[in-house]
Parts: sequence; structure tokens; C-alpha cells
Amino acid sequence: MRTIKDTWTMAKRSLRHIVRSPDTIITVVLMPIAMLLLFVYVFGGALGQQTGSVKYVDFITPGIIVMTVISGIAYAAFRLSNDIQKGIINRFRTMPVAPSSILGGQAASSTLSNLFSSLLVLAVALAIGFRSGAGPLDWLMFAGFVTLFTLATTWMAIFFGLLAKSAEGAGSFSYILLLLIFISPSFVPTGSMTPLLRGFADNQPITPIVETLRSLLVTGAAGDKAWIALAWCIGIMVVFYLGSLRLYSKRTMATAR
Amino acid sequence: MPAGEATLRSEIFWQNDYDTDSRYGMSIATSSDIQKVSNRLQPAIVVRQLTKGFKNNPVLTGVDFTVESGTIFALLGSNGAGKTTTINILTTLLKADGGTATVNGFDVAEQPAKVRQSISLTGQFAAVDDVLTARENLELIGDLRHVNDAGQTATELLAKFDLAEAADRRVATFSGGMRRRLDIAMSLIGDSPVVFLDEPTTGLDPEARNEMWQTIKTLAHHGTTIFLTTQYLDEADELADTIALLHKGTIVASGTARELKKLVPSGLVELSFQNEQQLKAATCALDNQYSVTQNGDLTLTVVVGDHVAGLAELFIRLRDAQIEPVDFSQRVPTLDDVFFKLTSDTQEGN
Repeated sequence: MRTIKDTWTMAKRSLRHIVRSPDTIITVVLMPIAMLLLFVYVFGGALGQQTGSVKYVDFITPGIIVMTVISGIAYAAFRLSNDIQKGIINRFRTMPVAPSSILGGQAASSTLSNLFSSLLVLAVALAIGFRSGAGPLDWLMFAGFVTLFTLATTWMAIFFGLLAKSAEGAGSFSYILLLLIFISPSFVPTGSMTPLLRGFADNQPITPIVETLRSLLVTGAAGDKAWIALAWCIGIMVVFYLGSLRLYSKRTMATAR
Repeated sequence: MPAGEATLRSEIFWQNDYDTDSRYGMSIATSSDIQKVSNRLQPAIVVRQLTKGFKNNPVLTGVDFTVESGTIFALLGSNGAGKTTTINILTTLLKADGGTATVNGFDVAEQPAKVRQSISLTGQFAAVDDVLTARENLELIGDLRHVNDAGQTATELLAKFDLAEAADRRVATFSGGMRRRLDIAMSLIGDSPVVFLDEPTTGLDPEARNEMWQTIKTLAHHGTTIFLTTQYLDEADELADTIALLHKGTIVASGTARELKKLVPSGLVELSFQNEQQLKAATCALDNQYSVTQNGDLTLTVVVGDHVAGLAELFIRLRDAQIEPVDFSQRVPTLDDVFFKLTSDTQEGN
């Protein structure tokens, strides 16, 4: 009970940080929106040939949402690293507050803000012609999946935020994830890739996640990759949650000198 | 320096000799002493043979001290002496390599959660949240400490620390003194019995420094045990009931301010002269009687002993030799002097 209350207190603090620097939200949504427009209007004519009966904007919107989340979680790493550098985490550490509350607050605020960013990007997609045949239940499952994915990758961000030597470098792990989006069927089907790359693309975590999200929106069913996607999300979350808690005491201690 | 203060100082420095027993024995209680003390009142902090190193670089090499409940204790030392490391171990931020430390009766390594319920820490660099307002900062800590009415507590502290007008401004716009005040106010939420202040006045202007001293005194008046670190002898002198001098990872001396000052070389006078001839003449006139060293171009440091008579004698000698110094000052003993004295004593001992 106390842990939940403390987590909410910490989340409130972190949300204030987010709300008071709206530029971070703009930065987060700007790149995915630019990519969306670029791919639909510049490459879409050519790439659209590859996606069969699915309209290109419908094809790439799930990948763009994943991109939004990934560029958003980088800020969670930045904020946490900043808190460590400024010594405020050490203040919390000398208080009777559980580490899971201190980090969990960041996780909660990051998840909420990234869902908001995703909504903004989705609105732009709708404005340029994205349409979905999904029913309310499919949308609910879509939202649940995006939330789970955000939470899992946020714990990854927290892990790297704890690991980083400086706030500026804390978000750089997300570039690797952004690269993974391009080497996945987010923008083009993997069928057109070289065999080696295709083998990688078909087996990396972003692929089943993007395909499940797309399947929910386009066909209104979770599809056959849903369980793999779910396993990846939960696996990433558990590993980085436990890793973060371990690293937390080590890293914050190392800065306390 | 006002006359009264000068008299007081010369009184304190009068007794130049000290015995080594009191020097090292002041705060190191034997086990039977601890027994006696805990029967009356449990000490707030007990540290025994504490060691800590970073990557083969020893920072603490066996630190011992005891802080009685409800007193102000100052850990005095220069930069890099290990003051912050000691505070970090006592506040559960760092694990010691060896030795033991208890805070409010709880072992910092074995019962860190209990220790955290007993303490609050104000770090060396104000750990306040720049993005939040002063009120939000206070309410945040109040919520985390589960006080009954965090809002009411915040309002009271804002008034008490003269921050009521700035309450709803973001802390990023605050001056150094205001940040420090807010920082301390945040530490007071929840009425922790032991408060740690790491260099509470470093970086403050003289006025803010005085305010901080008042705050600390008031706090101690209400029975809170205060552990503070400082680089300044005068600060320790002003505030602390007991001072421990940390040097190269160990406590080289401890006791009350009065006891410590007996260790300081006394009666240092600096004389400045108009030219080289005057300086040489003064050296000739004085050096058969006093220890004279030249420091700077036209300045001599003379050890006259502590009392007024010694000082008068010095000026009579100068007048007899028809030498007129252009400037004269008494050197206030500094921490450096204490270190110098203690380290040179150690070398003599070897």
C-alpha cells in the first residue's frame, strides 16, 4: 500500500517535469510524424507496390507508433540520469522509500506521456488517410499492447539511465532500437530484403510486435505472432526491471562519494 | 577585531601545552564508557574503526567517534579528507569496507531501513528539484515521509524559512541562499532525530551563512542531533559541542572547540615594512628573541606568544630600534595551522 502511494507520489513529480517541458513531447512526436509524411508521400508511391491490398499509410502506422514510443522513452533515461547527477536521487535514497517506488514513478510517468505522444501521432495518421477496420475490442487490445510495449521499453530506458555516466548520453541506447525498426517489416515487407538481413529481421523483437499491432488494426485480429510479441514484451520488462533494481543500488552508490 | 574578542582569544590560546591523552582520548570511549553512556542516554551516532577505499585509494583508514544525542557534532577537514564519504556511509548511501557504525542505535549496514527512518540528509549540493516550486518540493518530501498534512507542513516551513513569497516560484529561479534554505527545510520534514548537514554553508554569502547558523542552533535547541561537516574552524567553533578533526582518513584530534584550539600555534603576528632596509633592521632587532620568518616581499611573521605583554614587548623593541612597520595584523588561527601543527607533531614523533 505504502509502495503504491510512494510510486504515485514519484510519478506525479515526474509528470510535472514532463508537463513543464512540453518541448520534450514535441521533440518526441516530431520525428515520427516527419517519418510518417516522408514515407507516405515520398517513398510511399514506390513502396506501396509491395504491400499488396493494404494501403501504405495503413501499413506503416503501427511501425510509426512503435517509433514514437522508442523516441519517447529516451527521455525517461535522460530524466533519471539527470536526477542522479543532481543528487536528488541520493536524497530519496536516504529516506524510507522503496527503490521500486522511486524507479516505478519514472516508469509510470514515461508510460503515460508516451501513450499521449502515440495518440498525437495517431491523430496525424488519421488526418492523412489512415483508416482501420478494427472494432472497439481490437482498439482496446491495441492500446493494451502499446502500453505493455511502452512499459517494457521504459524499464529498458531506466536501466540505461542508471548505467549512463551523463544525462546527455543516457538516451543513446534508443538509436539501436530505432535501427531495429528499419530492419523489420515496419516500412517494407521483409520479403524484399537480402536473405541474411531477412533472417535477422524475422527474428528480432520489433518484428512480432509491429506485426501484431498491424494485424490488430488492419484485420481486427491479433494474428499468429501475438504470443511471441507478448513473450518479448514481458521478457524485456522482467529482465530490465530486475536489472534496474540491481543497478540502482550500485550506480547511485558510486555517485555518492 | 574587537578588544573583547581579542582578550577572549588570548585567554584561549594562553595555555599552549596540551597532553596527548586528551588529544586522542576525547571521543574514543572504551567499551565500559559506552556501557555507562547508554545507561543514561544512547549516543546518536557511534563509529568504530570505519574504513573505506575507492579503487585501492584509501579514503578512510580507521575512523572513530561518538556523537551524543541532542548535540551538534562537527566533522572538520579540508577538501578530500573523507568528510562526505563518512556522511555517505552514515546515511546508508555507501557501504563501508570495514568497521561499524550505528545511527540512532541501528547498524547502518545491517538495518539501513531503520536508519533511514531516523535520519535526514542535506547534501553538499542542494538536492532540490529545480522544475518544481518550493511548495511542491516540500509537499513531495512530506508525501514521501507520510506526514499527516503535507500541505500544512509545507506552509509552515515556507513561513519559517522566509520562503512564503517565493513559495510558488520554480526553484530554478532561486538564489543560492534560498536553495539552501529550502534544502534544509526539506530535511526537517518528518522530525528525524538525527540530521546530517554536509557543508551547510559552503558557497553562501556571509549573511546567508549567519542565517544558516541560527537555523542549526534552533534545531539543536529542540533536541535534534546534528552531524555537520565543515572546512571552517570558525563554523565548527560557532556551532559544535564536539569537533572531530578528520585528516588523511583518520580522526587526528577531537574535543570541544576550546580543547582543539589549544593545539593551534598561538600568538602569530604579521608585520609589513616600507622597504627592504626596514625589514632587515627589524629581522636583526627581533630574531634573537622571537621566531621570525619572512613571508612575502616585505612581510615578517613573528611568534610572540599569546598574551598582551608579549605583543607590547614586540612593539617596544621595534620602537627602540627606530623601526616603524607600515602594517600590523594578528593572524587568526586557521584549520591549516591546526593541520600543520598536528602533522608536524606526528613527524617529530617519528
